[in-house]
Amino acid sequence: MSVIAVLILFSIMVAGGFLGAFMWAVKSGQYDDKFTPSIRMLFDDKEQSVLKENKNTTLE
Amino acid sequence: MSQIETFKYDNKIVKYFAIATVLWSVVGMLVGLIIAIQLYVPALNLGIPYVTFSRLRPLHTNAVIFAFVGNGIFMGIYYSLQRLLKARMFSDFLSKLHFWSWQLIIVCAAITLPLGLTTSKEYAELEWPIDILITLVWVVFAINLFGTIVKRREKHLYVAIWFYIATIVTVAVLHIVNSIELPVTFFKSYSAYAGVQDALVQWWYGHNAVAFFLTTPYLGLMYYFMPKAANRPIYSYRLSIIHFWALIFIYIWAGPHHLLYSALPDWAQSLGTVFSVMLIAPSWGGMINGLLTLRGAWDKLREDVVLKFMVVAITAYGMSTFEGPMLSLKNVNALAHFTDWIIAHVHIGALGWNGFLTFGVLYWLIPRLWNTTLYSKKLANFHFWIGFLGIVVYASSMYWSALVQTLMWKQFTPAGLLQYPNFLETVLQIVPMYIIRSVGGVLYLTGVLVMVYNLINTAKQGNFVADEEAQAPPMVKAPIKYSKGLGHRWIESRPLQFTILAAVAILIGGIVEMIPTFLVKTNIPTIASVKPYTPLELQGRDLYIREGCLGCHSQMIRPFRSEVERYGEYSKAGEYVYDHPFLWGSKRTGPDLMREGKKYPNVWHYYHMNDPRLMSPGSIMPPFPWLEKNVLDISTTEKKISVLRNLGVPYPAGFEAIANIELKKQADTIALDLSNAGVVVDSDKEIIAMIAYLQRLGTDIKAKKK
Repeated sequence: MSVIAVLILFSIMVAGGFLGAFMWAVKSGQYDDKFTPSIRMLFDDKEQSVLKENKNTTLE
Repeated sequence: MSQIETFKYDNKIVKYFAIATVLWSVVGMLVGLIIAIQLYVPALNLGIPYVTFSRLRPLHTNAVIFAFVGNGIFMGIYYSLQRLLKARMFSDFLSKLHFWSWQLIIVCAAITLPLGLTTSKEYAELEWPIDILITLVWVVFAINLFGTIVKRREKHLYVAIWFYIATIVTVAVLHIVNSIELPVTFFKSYSAYAGVQDALVQWWYGHNAVAFFLTTPYLGLMYYFMPKAANRPIYSYRLSIIHFWALIFIYIWAGPHHLLYSALPDWAQSLGTVFSVMLIAPSWGGMINGLLTLRGAWDKLREDVVLKFMVVAITAYGMSTFEGPMLSLKNVNALAHFTDWIIAHVHIGALGWNGFLTFGVLYWLIPRLWNTTLYSKKLANFHFWIGFLGIVVYASSMYWSALVQTLMWKQFTPAGLLQYPNFLETVLQIVPMYIIRSVGGVLYLTGVLVMVYNLINTAKQGNFVADEEAQAPPMVKAPIKYSKGLGHRWIESRPLQFTILAAVAILIGGIVEMIPTFLVKTNIPTIASVKPYTPLELQGRDLYIREGCLGCHSQMIRPFRSEVERYGEYSKAGEYVYDHPFLWGSKRTGPDLMREGKKYPNVWHYYHMNDPRLMSPGSIMPPFPWLEKNVLDISTTEKKISVLRNLGVPYPAGFEAIANIELKKQADTIALDLSNAGVVVDSDKEIIAMIAYLQRLGTDIKAKKK
């Protein structure tokens, strides 16, 4: 059963790494804008015209 | 304002992975169908070891998880990552290396698993050289992905990318920790962990393989392709952020729910249950976010076959992530574990969530890559409905089978005896369900074949664009704030902190190496009468692993009246201390074998292995006639003994020298016993070792008979 210590250790290491990543993300402004990223990702296809199709959607 | 840069997306690598995804989906599902039919026509293995259920089952699971879904992940990531980051992949060479070496791993798996070269740990069956190859390929993938992130033109990392990063990091850790093993030969190794320890590590891995291979990367794909296909932004970007962070922090603790009522300590089981129940929240957050992307536009679902696939996929995700926590409740698990319920559960996930999302992505992607429209919407709709029907038929037959069988296992007569003491009786009852299940499989596979035809014709009518041109301004570098961040310049100016971090890194390496040594101490038996396997039993045990017996037979009697009554004294943690690897199994298609030893005479096993139906009319176990013909390879005995001693099994010093003499002595005794019963078989045959192992099972502790 001692192996659970190893697993908890590794799990905490992974979780700690993600915690660091989370703090980096917040600090570096990744989440300052919680709206435009979801719109922007729609725009990279040339043949698509998102705006034309979604007339009713109001964009900021 | 900076200059607009022109660059090209690499579509070729996406095309490669897309073709591999389609190819392996057919292979993986076809193998699944073959073994599903073998469950009611055992003779379908034609007496050939390589195509017998027990050896093909791991091939099916590995092909679907790592070949079909694996290539699907890479297809989706290589397409979406470039566009989200406004950059070509970091290195075309690494992309190609990643692709071809991943296919090499799959081919290695397809060769070694039917040959019986397996570690027996579920979804980690591949032997150690392939494990190393997987690690290297994963590093290649990681360099390529992080390299692309570094040279990105878009500062913001869209939520899908976070899911990709979590996948890369966590899968690496899981794979390495679970695959620590000591090689015996090039094709054989023993897990560094034993018994309960091994079980815990394995299901920590197994559960998180589901989480970080079948779930997080596909959620990333959902967050990219669902909005793309609907041409609408994700319902709530804020929710997606919460979904991501909550999911990855909770998922990794839920593994012990695979070991409820086992010999694992109770507190660890409860920990697994608590976190599993908590998982409902982020999982359903993700499902809601995906589905509500279609808010106000549900009418698109009538027309768009891509959306149909995706909506069913996300719904299946929601259903299986509700079912998962429910199955983690001990009272539900007591009923469902070891039955077809789990088979139904994973197939809702695999066929519904992974399968349908992949198909949706393929129908969306292939026309775009080839700059055309889908060859036939009608055929795609046909695929959708026949696939959907396939899932329903598959799942409902398995749920039905599970409930019937588990209730029969637990049924007592008013006199307090088992109502169905003969395990076979409960199997025969559900054979019709196995037939129906394979019909579901045929339906689903038919849909996939129709898709293949449709996609090939789509590609034929279009022109493939290998390098798609795109434009974007370079990333605006934020003013350097290294005093707060963790950038390299920060580290460079702080030697003390750098030393600490380097020490941590080295420590991690050290821990990985020291784990086996640490664990040796805890392998000291807590039950004095539990002894290491004799050389012959050890060889027999490795045959049991080679043949994949644990695919259908558990070695874990749970502390229930119905199980103790049926199989014998419930399992104790101390009984498994020499089991490298553990062989608890996760499914009872046949009865538990924990206390099989001395239940039947040797000759019974001889006949039963040759043709199970001779001893148990109607049995669905495949025959293993080659065990009687093959000569046991005893050249490895010495090496096996010394490797196991290194792992903490207390074989006396110098035992290697006499191991094979002991082995022959025991084999002769069994052969003599068989000949007394009228069966003449040479003592050097594999069947002798197999009988020796089976007769040893569970005999170390003598439980008082009632």
